[in-house]
Amino acid sequence: MHLTLEFGGGLELLCDAVKIHDVHVEPPVGSEKMTMRDLLLWVQKNLIKERPEMFIKGDTVRPGVLVLVNDCDWELSGQLDTTLEEKDVVVFISTLHGG
Amino acid sequence: MESSAPDAAAIRGEIEALKVKKKEIDARIAALEAQLAPGQVCRNAGNGPVSDKNAAVSGTEHDLTPDMIYRYSRQLLLPSFGVKGQSRLLKSSVLVVGAGGLGSPALLYLAACGVGQVGIVDNDVVELNNMHRQVIHTEAYIGRSKVESAAAACRAINSSLEVIEHREALRTSNALEILSKYDIVVDATDNAPSRYMINDCCVVLGKPLVSGAALGLEGQLTVYNYNGGPCYRCLFPTPPPTTACQRCADSGVLGVVPGVIGCLQALEGIKIASSVGEPLSGRMLLFDSLSARIRIVKIRGRCLQCEVCGENSSFSRQNFKDFDYEKFTQSPMSTSAPVKLNLLGKDSRITTKHYSEIVRNGEAHILVDVRPEHHYKIVSLPNSINIPLSTLDKRVSEISSALEQERNQKADFEGERPNLYVICRRGNDSQRAVHYLQNTGFTSAKDIIGGIESWAQDVDPQFPTY
Repeated sequence: MHLTLEFGGGLELLCDAVKIHDVHVEPPVGSEKMTMRDLLLWVQKNLIKERPEMFIKGDTVRPGVLVLVNDCDWELSGQLDTTLEEKDVVVFISTLHGG
Repeated sequence: MESSAPDAAAIRGEIEALKVKKKEIDARIAALEAQLAPGQVCRNAGNGPVSDKNAAVSGTEHDLTPDMIYRYSRQLLLPSFGVKGQSRLLKSSVLVVGAGGLGSPALLYLAACGVGQVGIVDNDVVELNNMHRQVIHTEAYIGRSKVESAAAACRAINSSLEVIEHREALRTSNALEILSKYDIVVDATDNAPSRYMINDCCVVLGKPLVSGAALGLEGQLTVYNYNGGPCYRCLFPTPPPTTACQRCADSGVLGVVPGVIGCLQALEGIKIASSVGEPLSGRMLLFDSLSARIRIVKIRGRCLQCEVCGENSSFSRQNFKDFDYEKFTQSPMSTSAPVKLNLLGKDSRITTKHYSEIVRNGEAHILVDVRPEHHYKIVSLPNSINIPLSTLDKRVSEISSALEQERNQKADFEGERPNLYVICRRGNDSQRAVHYLQNTGFTSAKDIIGGIESWAQDVDPQFPTY
């Protein structure tokens, strides 16, 4: 499954300062669908190069990170249970406080 | 230099005297205008004779004066905004919290567009390193209150505007009183605890909140607590770790980025105040300046379980007053005084003055600067080696070989091991580095207290700071 993953608000610094990643991800063995829960594990394993605690806390993203699936807050699509589809765009963005 | 000093003082004196006179004249004009019936106030001289059109104003349904009609004519000409929008705007009041990178453009546009009252809260003074983004301030105000400076700029743009100055830090003790006087609140602050505090205060008082943020090359914008929409806590119930709360003073910011977001904050404020258009509630604007992309995303609605605005929330004014936002977010509200670590014992630390003597005496030593490379490129002490803290564990061998080389070069000190000193910007990372080095065998490693900022302050006043 092809997905576009984007990191912003400083999270890109955790993945070699690259903001946009076009990736190919397969659902876990024995499963037909790919959920956000699966994707988080994949991202953690394959893209996050440093300070993983800045991205993940427990089994989900750390507080202060917004997750958007096709420009929509993942709270509206089922959070970790959101089912991903071919060519979905997933954005991980850290909230900013500066001014 | 010498001869211009008394001139400057004389000029300042004259400015002050003229300001006093101007106040008296303004007061007299206001008194005279008040004696005239509404609709009869003349436009400023130079705009030609008062026409019949102006005289007809008193017969219309709105209460815009001829001055207002002329000043705001380009907005009145917008069919979707018009007299109705302008009249509502003139009756509204907006509070801008923070007269910095976001607050500067927001205030300039709010002052210009014809909001009735604009309030400004800030406790900082204008500094030279603000000027690149805090465009409301001018060099003449360096060292003076940001609120005073911003208010003067607003009044200079629009003398008919009422500007209210709050020269104090916004705290739980004064926030309810200050925010309650305004219809709309613009969050133009620069830290997490203030953002939670302003949000909660807006929820308690039922005020819409225009929230903007900018850092580095990115910005974010949304409207909270508007018309049943979500509040900041619905989105971010748990504060982020302090390491995720970057400051402009550490991470940098391109001046125009908060400029763009601040302008958009003014726009959202104007839309809410005039009841024109669709405010950015339930949506968030994400601005990425480098790729020139603006993305508007749909965010969750009001969270029924929200601790502050949720269905069963009992968050009261008293709860608000008693809430410790700095403890909640584990970070300080004032970003002007960064946290000072105290990680090492006294004998593992030396002052910058002491270090300058070591250099002067030619004592064998090496100096490791653990700041990031792009900091080191701005300015550095002579003969230092740059090994950023994040790469220290991989590069300890470079320190060993530098020490070895120093021992060989300084024959006078043969037999004596060269000392190892570590410096950074303010003296926190250098302590972390020394702590690490001492645990990896460099037992004599010492940290230079206060970093290059102390060097500039106590040893070399000509040394650039940033």
